[in-house]
Amino acid sequence: MIESISAMFSYSFMLRALTVGVLVSVCAALLGVSLVLKRYSMIGDGLSHVGFGALAVAAVTGTAELAAAIPVVVAAAVLLLRISENSKIKGDGAIALISTGSLALGVMVISMTSGVNTDIMNYLFGSILAMSDSDTVISAVLCIGVLIAFLMFYNRMFAVTFDEGFARATGSPAGTYNTLLACLTAVIIVLGMRMMGALLISSLIIFPPLTAMRLCRTFRGTVICSGILSGVCFVLGMFISFFCSTPTGASVVAVNIFAFALFSLIAWVKVCRAKAALS
Amino acid sequence: MSLLTCENAALAYDGRTVISGLDFSVEQGDLLCITGENGAGKSTLIKGLLGLLKPKSGRIYTGDGLKHTEIGYLPQQNKLQHDFPASVGEVVLSGCLNSIGHRPFFSKAEKQRAMENMKRLGIASIAKSCYGELSGGQQRRVLLARALSATHRLILLDEPAAGLDPIATAELYRIVFDLNHTGGITVIMVSHDIPTAAAMAKHMLHLGNGGIFYGTPEEYKRSSTGMAFLGGGA
Repeated sequence: MIESISAMFSYSFMLRALTVGVLVSVCAALLGVSLVLKRYSMIGDGLSHVGFGALAVAAVTGTAELAAAIPVVVAAAVLLLRISENSKIKGDGAIALISTGSLALGVMVISMTSGVNTDIMNYLFGSILAMSDSDTVISAVLCIGVLIAFLMFYNRMFAVTFDEGFARATGSPAGTYNTLLACLTAVIIVLGMRMMGALLISSLIIFPPLTAMRLCRTFRGTVICSGILSGVCFVLGMFISFFCSTPTGASVVAVNIFAFALFSLIAWVKVCRAKAALS
Repeated sequence: MSLLTCENAALAYDGRTVISGLDFSVEQGDLLCITGENGAGKSTLIKGLLGLLKPKSGRIYTGDGLKHTEIGYLPQQNKLQHDFPASVGEVVLSGCLNSIGHRPFFSKAEKQRAMENMKRLGIASIAKSCYGELSGGQQRRVLLARALSATHRLILLDEPAAGLDPIATAELYRIVFDLNHTGGITVIMVSHDIPTAAAMAKHMLHLGNGGIFYGTPEEYKRSSTGMAFLGGGA
């Protein structure tokens, strides 16, 4: 067992993937708590599709993928946030329009130029080989930046997530914090999507917070639990992917599903016990 | 000097003037109850008082060193999901956010202030409990403690008793009354419950389609609006 694990780490691409993967998973899970509670989960999903389109266009035109995709997705994040806040124009429908539109555009661009189907598959479902050395450094630095920003704004994020009306009334620029949340999410999605895939990256945002919420009753507990859980799930997913030769993204999501089921079961047992103690 | 003054203010919502000719001031220690028909502009007025809405004409300004962001606010109804993971302590502490400036974290003094407010409202023992699992009456106490953490002078309560059972309602009004009488906190309260409002308040502001009434509860009871709403001098 130990031998096979050391064999796994003898590949430098595995080490790179693990480093960036754990950092991205933790960041996604931390931001995810606010996103899920604010009912912005759909924005995460929409952004990953926009990211797919942006990465595809960048790859085809030969521009640096991260440098091209991050600004586009950040801009999309601000746009999607505006749309979902403005309920007059059917926010969810507009998000679906933008996300499926970008997806279609990306597929068109890739198939027209390279015509290679594995490219599309890699973008949609992720590839562990996607990370170059320079990408790893950029990703790690950006992830640490997101982590620091999250810590610095933690108390403000809580206030805006819990009760935006009160935060506004007592002078907090809630709109700015919402935009910050969307922009940080956009960065994390672009960083994670080449490994996890455009279709699966939003699971990193949604699964760990929902799993943590099965058992945690405080915001801080939920955030900490969600972050740790996400990192652990990613590492386990990588192991499964390596030893069973399954795609990394899908394996990580599978572990997340298992964790969600486990936490739900524990929560259910707790409720049953509490009821039994009462009667 | 008054804590809050409206000077011939008019407020508009969606470009339409909802209230005009607002002329009143709130002194330190006052208990002002705002009543009025649905659609008479109570919510618009609250936004104006909180400084979230600029008056179309006239002025609304704070005085005596009070900033607009130092008004403790108890929102009407929180459309919060039942399973929101937040402890009572976290919620109350978040009220201190307007005093941390550019600092990322809360100081000891702020944490202490939150604790004192929890003690004041009798919720210190449930500080670690989940907010969403409390009863409606307890939730209002928590939000009241949060409002007090945001201010030490003026709180604005928007229909604080909405959705509470009669016992919890009476309890909440008692707390508000105590805060004002013995705690020295200035209170502005929007309420549909006119008889209780008239019994508690030091001043009444009635927004109606027929015009605005401002005065003491005694004057209100004698006025035509008061007669109509209190059934001829309750």
